[in-house]
Amino acid sequence: MSDPVLPLGGAHYEGLADVRETGPQGMIALRGDLSDAGLQEAVTGLTGVPMPDMRGAQVMGESGLLWMSPDELLVLVPYRQAARARAQLAEALQGQHALVENVSDMRAMFRLRGTQVRDVLAKLAPVDFARDALPVGELRRTRFAQVAAGVWLSDDTTAQVFCFRSVAEYMFNLLRTAADPDAFVGFHTG
Amino acid sequence: MEMLTLECPYCGVQADETELHAGGEAHLTRFGPGSSDADFEAYLFMRENPKGVHFERWRHVNGCGKWFHAARCTMTLEVFGTYPAQTAEPPKKIRDAITAKRPGWTWRELS
Repeated sequence: MSDPVLPLGGAHYEGLADVRETGPQGMIALRGDLSDAGLQEAVTGLTGVPMPDMRGAQVMGESGLLWMSPDELLVLVPYRQAARARAQLAEALQGQHALVENVSDMRAMFRLRGTQVRDVLAKLAPVDFARDALPVGELRRTRFAQVAAGVWLSDDTTAQVFCFRSVAEYMFNLLRTAADPDAFVGFHTG
Repeated sequence: MEMLTLECPYCGVQADETELHAGGEAHLTRFGPGSSDADFEAYLFMRENPKGVHFERWRHVNGCGKWFHAARCTMTLEVFGTYPAQTAEPPKKIRDAITAKRPGWTWRELS
């Protein structure tokens, strides 16, 4: 197996928030009937996290389940296990109307850390990032400036952002600009 | 600047206009091969352009990706409601909501 290459080689910037490109992250796109008991059993058994509710992000370490739409999950697994996990899921869903694909190299991921993460994110997306509007563990698919993105907060000071690989550099530059120490806002505090 | 915010009926997100893609008028009946010229022309080209109550299709493109319907006022941007795409006409709940705010409204053959 060839070595995985991060889109930006693990780019890093420290400003209002600590912005770091993360990965490689194993990702499996799964489309199907999310209410099906067999499907739920397969994905929760594979990842060890509970089935997410609508817009839920259930993530533990490198494994997790992201609710992408009423018929789509993004299954997170360790990068090296993605191919095997895909085969396992496809096997479990045999006979069902479902799609399972290994899309590990399709996206770029970034981790933002710091007390200002909600302010930094709020500069880039038409989303209410207040604590009660986007609680920890809720996935929001949206756009960051001109590109599609997904974001969730894994705790109060850590945000996970993902976008397509082809716009990874654009995304990193956005995050870096929004996290410029001269651009302090201090709105989402306390 | 006034922006349009629609709640996606599939994922519950309060989606900003810029996260959506406009899909034109809702509830068109398709006339294809074998239909009369007049029906085909009306299906292709004839659209409502109301000042007031309107029914539209939108796609939650920067989000869950689903198509849905919205009922809104083109003049005030007031949104009467959104509802799933799998329906040939606005549900009663939506029509009642419009009647409550715009008594006597009409749109094509609906009222």
